[in-house]
Order: sequence, then structure tokens, then C-alpha cells
Amino acid sequence: MSTHPIVCGVLWVIKFISRRLLLLIPVIIGVSIISFSIMHLIPGDPARIIAGEGATKEDVEAIRDKYGLNKPLVEQYFRFMKGIVTNDLRSIKTERPILKEISPRFLNTVQLAMVSILISSMIGISLGIVSAVRRNTWVDSFAMFFSLIGVSMPIFWLGILLIIIFAVTLGWLPSGGKGGIEHIILPAITLGLATSAIIARMTRASMLEILNQDYVRTAKAFGLSKRKIVYKYVLRNALIPIITVIGLQFGYLLGGAVLTESVFGWPGLGRYVVDSIFNRDYIAVQVGIMVIAISFVLVNLCVDILYALVDPRLRRG
Amino acid sequence: MSKKSAWTITFKRISKNKGALIGMFVVVTIVTVALTAPLIAPYDPYKQDLLSSLEGPSLKHPFGTDIFGRDVLSRVIYGARTSVSISFLAVIVAIFLGMTAGTVAGYFGGVVDEILMRFLDILMAFPDILLAIAIVAALGPGKSNLIIAIAIYSFPQFARVMRASVLTVKNNEYIEAARAVGESNMAIIIRYVVPNAMAPIIVQATLRMATAILTISGLSFLGLGVKPPEAEWGTDLAMARVYLEIAPHLGIFPGVALFLTVMGFNLFGDGLNDALNPRLKDR
Repeated sequence: MSTHPIVCGVLWVIKFISRRLLLLIPVIIGVSIISFSIMHLIPGDPARIIAGEGATKEDVEAIRDKYGLNKPLVEQYFRFMKGIVTNDLRSIKTERPILKEISPRFLNTVQLAMVSILISSMIGISLGIVSAVRRNTWVDSFAMFFSLIGVSMPIFWLGILLIIIFAVTLGWLPSGGKGGIEHIILPAITLGLATSAIIARMTRASMLEILNQDYVRTAKAFGLSKRKIVYKYVLRNALIPIITVIGLQFGYLLGGAVLTESVFGWPGLGRYVVDSIFNRDYIAVQVGIMVIAISFVLVNLCVDILYALVDPRLRRG
Repeated sequence: MSKKSAWTITFKRISKNKGALIGMFVVVTIVTVALTAPLIAPYDPYKQDLLSSLEGPSLKHPFGTDIFGRDVLSRVIYGARTSVSISFLAVIVAIFLGMTAGTVAGYFGGVVDEILMRFLDILMAFPDILLAIAIVAALGPGKSNLIIAIAIYSFPQFARVMRASVLTVKNNEYIEAARAVGESNMAIIIRYVVPNAMAPIIVQATLRMATAILTISGLSFLGLGVKPPEAEWGTDLAMARVYLEIAPHLGIFPGVALFLTVMGFNLFGDGLNDALNPRLKDR
């Protein structure tokens, strides 16, 4: 073909992105159906659950009417989706539009996840580099031991330990709540420990792979300093898989923040969903879960697209 | 290669891997503790003694006592029983569901495959803990609902492994031969497909035990899992959270048990993966 290669590349990118966006539609519809139906497929009557244990028959009937629970399920689903789009869907507990309830909490979760991914990327990448460069030394063993601890650590227990050490014993940091920068440190570390362990492992593995390449051997033969080789050639080439893992982990942090938020009383979306379960606010539960799952899917999609953009080898396929 | 020699080789490789050995040791210990809890626990984990509430570790109570004066060591021991039994059942259910779905998808292919796999994709779009929370939110807390929740978010992994294995085996000549001599689909699946998938499924099951135990304790910590007074590490840690200022020991011991158990399953799973991976055979 006579088209210029850059045009070809741009066309490929547009085609790739639109294809991925198209594939996204059924996934998002599926996610919304599952989020919606989870609260309806249960054995038992949602109206009665909302009404609570001591409710009379009339109360239950009134609730059934109010939330349209006597309509067919399919109709309820469309009502639910329409309510979200038109902002008519309201929280059962506060009667405020549900998206108004959710958006500030979602932003809190995003904030926590961002600080967390920043801290864990710094820790993970440096540990990974050090252990790859000093492979099979005590530094390497220490780093890998750290990462084993990181992936096995129950997140809420880590939170409790950090509270015991830094809040109760030393009194350096607050044990919970939201406020200044000191409030976000402990939750961010708690949430990010497992992630930093995973990033460290990935960094190590991908550095080791590049260190074995011929061009690194050539660079060594040319007498380049080890420092220069590591930072200029190896790290740069190893970055693609590392960035991918960081992106995927970010999505995971958004969804996995529930426990951290509960331990530290962080007013995020995960905690809101759990609170709403106890408040029997099933609309908040449905929408909360849907928002988290969709943002998880969107983050993964962005990672996929970025990955394809930075790695030209993938375009051949 | 006979069956026996395959096991011997696997065991030999595990015994060379320090991490896997430690993992195996921890897993065996925890399972033993879980099975023999009534024999080895020094006290009844539910017996209250309000006069000795919130005591620190001592000779009489090595891990101290909780707010109701219950012996923490005994509760930690019984907690192993709760976690191991629930996670084991959940993983078994997940394996069963996953193998069925994976086999159906891989063996029959076409539209069935497409629909099943897209459904699994959507399930996997939910972060693990979130899906579990959603399911438990609907079904209510309790042991059997925990098992269902964990099985549902775990089975897509097994389905994928199984489907991949079916696809590798499916087009082999010996399958064609088996069909030619008139073996039924079911017989072919059980005789040739399932054994081929066993290694990755065992690895996946071991690693999934770790995730399951974390989920059980996490949900129980949130008040959505095992209900008090039942001894469970997450439930006990949730209670410890309230008394951290006056009784920090409550926040330590159940957590150590939980952490070691999860690490044991992770190490053992990783070790099994290395040992059973045919690509690493010659090393």
C-alpha cells in the first residue's frame, strides 16, 4: 500500500481504540445487570428487607409501591438505569440523588488509591531494581522476603498493626478519619503494601530479562558503567511491563479499598457500600458496586490501550 | 511415565525448594491444628470468665484473654478450624463449578463457549472482595453464604484453566482414536481431559485457599462473614479494633495466625507451580 507509515499507525490506533470501546459496551451492560440483579435474585422479599424486621404488612406494601418492586424485573432494571441517567434514583436512607451521595465518596477512594499507588510504585520499583542488580545477594533475598510478606499480609490486620505502632504507641499519626495529609499516610501504606510487593516482583523479573539481552552484553563490552547501563538501557526497556502492572494494580486498589477504608474510617465508596448494606439501602449498594466495577473495567481498558500505544510490537498482531 | 513416578518427581522437586517446604510445613501444621482443635485447645473458646477480662499474655493464658475473659489461644486454634473448613469447601465447590463450565466451553466450543466465556469476563470485571461483599449483602452473613460467595468469585479461574486444557487436548489424535472406538464424550473428558488439567488446577486451588482465607477473615472483619461468638480470626480482630488502646495483644495473635496461614498456602502454591510445571522439568 502506498499510504504513509505514520498514517497507517494512526489509523491502526483509531481502529484499535474503537474496537476496544465497542467490546466494552457489552461488559458494562453485563456489569450493570449483575449489580442490579444481585439484590433481586435473593430468596426473600426486598421490600420486606428494606422495611426491616418490625414492619407491618402495610409498611411493606407501601415500600413495594414506592420502589416499584411489584413491577416485572426487566422493567425494574430499565427504571433503575433510567433513574441513574436522569438522576432520579435516590438513596433509600437519605432520599438524596444517589450519584450525589456517591461522587464525593468515590473521589475520596480515588484520592486514597492515587496516594497509595504513588507510594507503592516508589517502594516497589526501587526494591525491584536493587534486587535485580544485586541478584542472589542478601539484598535480593530481603527484597523478595518483603514481597512475600506483602502479598500474604491481610490488609486489615496490617492496618491494625500500623495503628498499634504509629497511633497508639508512638502517637505520631491519627488512627483514622479524614483531614490533613497526616490522615492519609497510614491508610495509603496499608492499601499499597501488597501492590508494592507485586510491583517489586514484576520490576525484578522484567529487569532480569533485559539484563540477559545481547545489547546489554554489548554495552558492557563497550565499557559503559553499570549505572549507566541499568538506568539508560535496562530500566527503560523494562518499564513497559512495570507500568502495565501499576495500572492494573490501580484498578485493583479502587475495588480493594473496602477493608482499608473500614479500618481507618476513611469516607470512601467501599466503606459506603458496606455501611449501606447495614442500612439496608440496597439502591446505594447496587449503584456503589456498579460504579466501582465499571471504574475497574475502565482503568483496565486504559492500561490495555496505553500498552498497545507504547509497544509497537503488538501492532503487528 | 507411571503415576507413582510423577508423584515422586513432584515431591523431590518440592523438597529441593526451601520456600515450598516451609509452605508445606505451615499448611500441614494449620490443617492438623484445625482437625484436632478440640484436643489441643487448652480451654473452651466460648467459655466466658468476666473476672479475667482483657488480661495480657501469661502462663495461664499464653495469648491473654479477650473482653469476655475467653482464652485467646483457644480461640485462635478454633479459628483455624473455621477458616480451613470454610475455605476448603468453597474451593471444592469452585473447582467443581469451574471444571464443569470450562469443560463445557472448551469441549463444545462455538456459541456455548462464546456466551460462557463472556459471562465469566463480566464476573471477573468485579474485584474479588467486592463481588463477595455483593453476594453476601444479598444472601446475608453466615458460613454457607460465605462458601457460595467465595465459590462464585473463584470459579472463573478454574474454568479458564480447564478450558485451556480441554483445547490443548481436544485436537490430539488419541482423542480422535478414542472417539473412533466409540467412547462417549463423558468418558473422554474424564479419562483424557481431566487428568491433563489436574496439575494447574491443584496449583490454582492451593493459591485460591489463601485468597479464600483472606476473604473469610476480611468479610468477617466487616461483620459480613462468620457471626460472633463463633471463633474466627477476622471476627476476633474486628473486636480487637475496639480495644486496641487498652489491650493491643488482642490485635496481634489472630493476625499472626492468619498471616502465617495465608503465607503458607502462597509459598506452597508457588512451590507446587514450579514443581508441576513441565517447562521447568529439565532444570
